[in-house]
Amino acid sequence: MHKNALAIFGGSIVLILVLVAIFAPYVARSDPTAIDIKDALLGPSPGHILGTDQLGRDIFSRIVYGSRVSLSIGLVAVGLAAVIGVILGSLAGYFGGRTDSIIMRLVDIMLCFPSFFLILAVIAIIGPSIYNIMIIIGLTSWMGMARLSRVEILSLKEREFVLAAKVLGVGHWKIIVRHIIPNGIGPVLVSFVLGVAGAVLVEASLSFLGLGVQPPMPSWGNILMEGKAALGVAWWLILFPGLAILVTVLGFNLLGEGLRDMLNPRLRR
Amino acid sequence: MITYIVKRLLSLVPVFIGITIVSFAVIHLAPGQPTDLMTQLNPKVSLEAKEKLIKLYNLDKPVYVQYIDWLRRLIRFDFGKSFIDGRPVIKKILGRLPITILINVCSMALIFLVALPIGVISAVKRGSLFDRSMTLFVFIGFAAPGFWLALILMSILGVQLGWFPVVGIKSLDFEHLSLIGKILDMGHHLIIPISVSAFGGLAGISRYMRQSMLNVIHEDYIRTARAKGLSEREVIYKHALRNALLPIITILGLSIPGLIGGSVIFETIFSIPGMGQLLYQSVMARDYPTVMAGLVIGAVLTLLANLIADIAYFYVDPRIRIGQRH
Repeated sequence: MHKNALAIFGGSIVLILVLVAIFAPYVARSDPTAIDIKDALLGPSPGHILGTDQLGRDIFSRIVYGSRVSLSIGLVAVGLAAVIGVILGSLAGYFGGRTDSIIMRLVDIMLCFPSFFLILAVIAIIGPSIYNIMIIIGLTSWMGMARLSRVEILSLKEREFVLAAKVLGVGHWKIIVRHIIPNGIGPVLVSFVLGVAGAVLVEASLSFLGLGVQPPMPSWGNILMEGKAALGVAWWLILFPGLAILVTVLGFNLLGEGLRDMLNPRLRR
Repeated sequence: MITYIVKRLLSLVPVFIGITIVSFAVIHLAPGQPTDLMTQLNPKVSLEAKEKLIKLYNLDKPVYVQYIDWLRRLIRFDFGKSFIDGRPVIKKILGRLPITILINVCSMALIFLVALPIGVISAVKRGSLFDRSMTLFVFIGFAAPGFWLALILMSILGVQLGWFPVVGIKSLDFEHLSLIGKILDMGHHLIIPISVSAFGGLAGISRYMRQSMLNVIHEDYIRTARAKGLSEREVIYKHALRNALLPIITILGLSIPGLIGGSVIFETIFSIPGMGQLLYQSVMARDYPTVMAGLVIGAVLTLLANLIADIAYFYVDPRIRIGQRH
């Protein structure tokens, strides 16, 4: 019961975040990119509840709109990783033999790279846009999903219902799509939710280093970059966007761990 | 044992070749040639640099010739010369490595010193207040971005209270200090960076240790040890802990890529002149030879660390050794 409570708590955080991102213009009334130099670096006050930055932009608005960036990058990047990982992992597990060893070698190769530095290097070469970030994070984080799906398929393909389908002469693709994926989707879902948390952190780090979402578009990472420039002057530029990241990552992690426990029959008591 | 190591070494060859292909491909990612990209998108790069690039990578020859040529030089540790200052890349990297290794070794030591006891106690007293508060701590540790904690500590302990220096690794009068003074001065500069980089790993390792300990506690040999009438202390710290530590060896190998990523961020924030900062600077300046070297070296280090972890595991765990013989 205690585990379910954590999952529901995490799920509620995620739900609230999604709603905030969708209804951003109604949550934050002021324009996140409106510059007002005479209001620069104001502390939290009734007018600007989380203060303003060097250009007088409202931090509350920037954080609210920043949730759109974080969530869309997280969801799309990990969605891409899931598609690549599940397809490659399924192929490896289902066909085995040479296909398996080639795909698993590829996984080994990609796992060796310091992924954050790889992402940083590729972004620097192809240019930092929100779409490039989604694609690159996706292309460098599918390996866990591939391993997971492979193991899942290895155990599923020997089960009676799959053997029965084979005996009936059902094609490979149909077996994979109809019988294997629906039965093995649980762990992939867990990995997806946990992956979003990781991608949000990567995007924040990239933007913090100046190679992520480019100003004036607000992102939690680039607000923190401005916070570093105003170190010791404007604590609100550091505290609030960091809390936004913390709460988001915590929400997805709790939801993911909770789902894992719920889906794992051995832990169900 | 020897057969195992040889087999393991041979299996590294295709992975190594794969690593070099991916690193090589990264620079060829952009449409057109890397030289076009540099000269068109980055007006700072002169025509001279473009010619340098063409010559360095044999860009007038087919791609596979370029690759084999690059690979041949790479095996001799010749990573070419930096575009920034013309110095050999390998020298630049080796010069920056000691401080990065120092920081990571210290933070690893700190992680193990703190995380192992936390994991063990959480597992032994599962469900206790301690275990539950540590679980909360772990979730927050996973969720808090390291660079954010770094900024908070810098602004509170560094700027507001003035207890610690905020940037660099040495004070201005470093050269005039005695040896002990130098060590203390560097330590003073590195306390925040080391603690912050340890914090992230702390959550993961303590969680892992807890799980490993929980798995071991339910084994038959632990029940046997209890049945023999050994004290609980002896059962936990002698029989259970030793076995639970084994999987942790694997973690060491797996943590290298994360350490490199972490070094890039932390060294940039704290202006520490290590390999992480060098890699960040080369990425920003599009110093391709250094970036490629960083990718290859980082990946190969991980490969070797995993190999060493496997061999160590093989060596310390008799179950695997005996299993191999059959």
